[in-house]
Amino acid sequence: MLSESSPLAAIAAKVAANQRLNAEDGIKLFQSNELLAIGQMANLVRERKNGRKTYFIANRHINHTNICVNRCQLCAFGRDADHSGTYTMTLDEIESKARSCADLNISELHIVGGLNPDLTLDYYLEMMQRLRRALPGVVIQSLTAVEIEYLARLHNMSYRDVLAALQKAGLDSLPGGGAEVFSPRVREIICSKKIDGDTWLAVHQAAHELGMRTNATMLYGHVETIEERVDHLLRLRELQDRTGGFLTFIPLAFHPQNTALEQLGLTGTTGYDDLKVLAIARLLLDNFDHIKSFWIYVGPKLAQISLSFGVDDLDGTVVEEKIAHDAGADTVQSMTKSELVHLIKSAGFNPVQRDTLYNVVEEGF
Amino acid sequence: MHTAPEVPDLLQKALSGRRLSAVDGSILLEKGELLELGHVANTIRQRLHPQQRVTYIIDRNINYTNVCTCQCRFCAFYRSVGDPDAYILDKAALFEKIEQTLAVGGTELLIQGGLHPALNIDYYVDMLQSIKERFHIHIHSFSPPEIIHLCRKSGRSITEVLARLKDAGLDSLPGGGAEILVDRVRRIISPNKISWRLWMDVMDSAHHLGMKTTATMMFGHVETTSERVMHMVRVREQQDATGGFTAFIPWSFQPRNTKLGGTVAGAVDYLKTVAVARIMLDNIPNIQASWVTQGAKIAQLALTFGANDFGSTMLEENVVRAAGVTYRVPLEEIHRCIYDAGFIPAQRRTDYTIIKEFTDPRTV
Repeated sequence: MLSESSPLAAIAAKVAANQRLNAEDGIKLFQSNELLAIGQMANLVRERKNGRKTYFIANRHINHTNICVNRCQLCAFGRDADHSGTYTMTLDEIESKARSCADLNISELHIVGGLNPDLTLDYYLEMMQRLRRALPGVVIQSLTAVEIEYLARLHNMSYRDVLAALQKAGLDSLPGGGAEVFSPRVREIICSKKIDGDTWLAVHQAAHELGMRTNATMLYGHVETIEERVDHLLRLRELQDRTGGFLTFIPLAFHPQNTALEQLGLTGTTGYDDLKVLAIARLLLDNFDHIKSFWIYVGPKLAQISLSFGVDDLDGTVVEEKIAHDAGADTVQSMTKSELVHLIKSAGFNPVQRDTLYNVVEEGF
Repeated sequence: MHTAPEVPDLLQKALSGRRLSAVDGSILLEKGELLELGHVANTIRQRLHPQQRVTYIIDRNINYTNVCTCQCRFCAFYRSVGDPDAYILDKAALFEKIEQTLAVGGTELLIQGGLHPALNIDYYVDMLQSIKERFHIHIHSFSPPEIIHLCRKSGRSITEVLARLKDAGLDSLPGGGAEILVDRVRRIISPNKISWRLWMDVMDSAHHLGMKTTATMMFGHVETTSERVMHMVRVREQQDATGGFTAFIPWSFQPRNTKLGGTVAGAVDYLKTVAVARIMLDNIPNIQASWVTQGAKIAQLALTFGANDFGSTMLEENVVRAAGVTYRVPLEEIHRCIYDAGFIPAQRRTDYTIIKEFTDPRTV
């Protein structure tokens, strides 16, 4: 597909030979507009790892509080405690929401929220215990590295000790949120109070060492450079080399609406950029088994196309996702299982329903 | 690759410039992989348009009436004569819309409406003459079903009706009402609309009168892939004969608020169809991306799957009050999509001549 004179020809040869790409390769890929060639390379890797399987999960999102001390510039969800529209769910409310899913055959609860100073470790420990009892067998993927670090600081505990206590109470896995872009320059602009990239990685390393599998994200399409994107990906790859604990990588397209960054004149991402990020993530993260295109962030149409650009996972039949929607995501808030299956099959791929850990729940649709 | 065995040969055939048959096209659409179809379509597109340009036009869509006797099952627009929200646009309102269009650099009017039982050819002639007396603007208006409607009301031939409208000021015809040029499909979705043969007869007559036209295809409803390809082949055959089509415009069916209901054609299906259109239509220079129906993200991707034109800014009724402000949102978005895909945006006229190329990303 690539002519020999193309700047990507050497990279294509590396991919074909299963050789690892370096930072310079990553930058060249992002600079290139040869979208189809990049897609073809990514698809080659995707098929080596996962064939034609496309994973999805039946899950439920709960955002238990929107009160947050960080007030990141990039976020439309967090509120100061005295702001109107704040809420904090009681443990009874959370348990009730979980129980309402008992008949839905979900395999995961995905629970994240703001950094609420009134919520201590005890709140979360009891939350895990109650959820474990309410929905035995359902995987609990909860609390980002940001939330773990906050609890550690609040209680003067190590990351490991916080994680071990939560794990004992029922926590199975960490979601990938809070990574944004690791670059200190970027974080100063978009999330100045949030933990830094090294800390995020340290929390995930601690989780991996406890045998917990976790996810990783990257928020793109704001003020980051392509070099900063590549740096982010390579730092994730390095940790995966050491621990092997990451399950999937999830690029998240930034939605500037209703955030403090709207005043910077930022616009949403284009389809080209979305597909390039997904495809290049597949190419650089050669030690990640799964690349997820979170359809709520890019829309079902683009998510479907992304299956040919390195993606093997579309996330789930989300119910009640607040964070992207408060930032103006105009996508629907849920897709039925049959809609997801149709989306995948009509693109020529094989739907596989999974749990959080990529165990097969159902296939052969 | 998971491609069917015959696909690479067909793609090689297309790349070498040999024409594909209807059966070839159906095989590609059903069995071709997205990326390989895209690659071939993009290669053909680059040969035809080596300047790396993506064109668009600033125009105005004006519906002079929503009364229509056709009752197509996919249409959310039509009303009956006595309906409370039925209307016929008066001249003052029409002229105001045209002034607004010119004020934002618009060069074209796309005037279309329903098949109103009370409007005869004199109404249309008067409209066209009134516009041309007052304004210097290209009139790319009406559609084959409207032309046939006028033929039936006036008892005149297609050529006579078109010649009269042309004399009055009609410059070119848009490709509306084509749906799928297969009568089996048309009997299901628009049983009262003209046959595909009549649709093509109007285009044939227009081309013989020296008028350029476009051809559309509305897909993703009840048609088969073979019928989609048959549509393309019929357009191609007409182009061989008369050469008057400037562009092919595939757009996918929009189920909301119509009798047909159903689901939106997937994005993969859309991009494959755009690619196969570029591959099949070797004699039509321009393929338009459908940003209104597919959204900006998918339309941008279509630029890599064979499309070379972003279509119209399509100023609508809702921009009446804020034309100077609101229109810049779609235009800036169009420019950004084009730049981000590595192309240069260029505003064009109806005949695809270039008004202005925007080599600086900061200029709108």
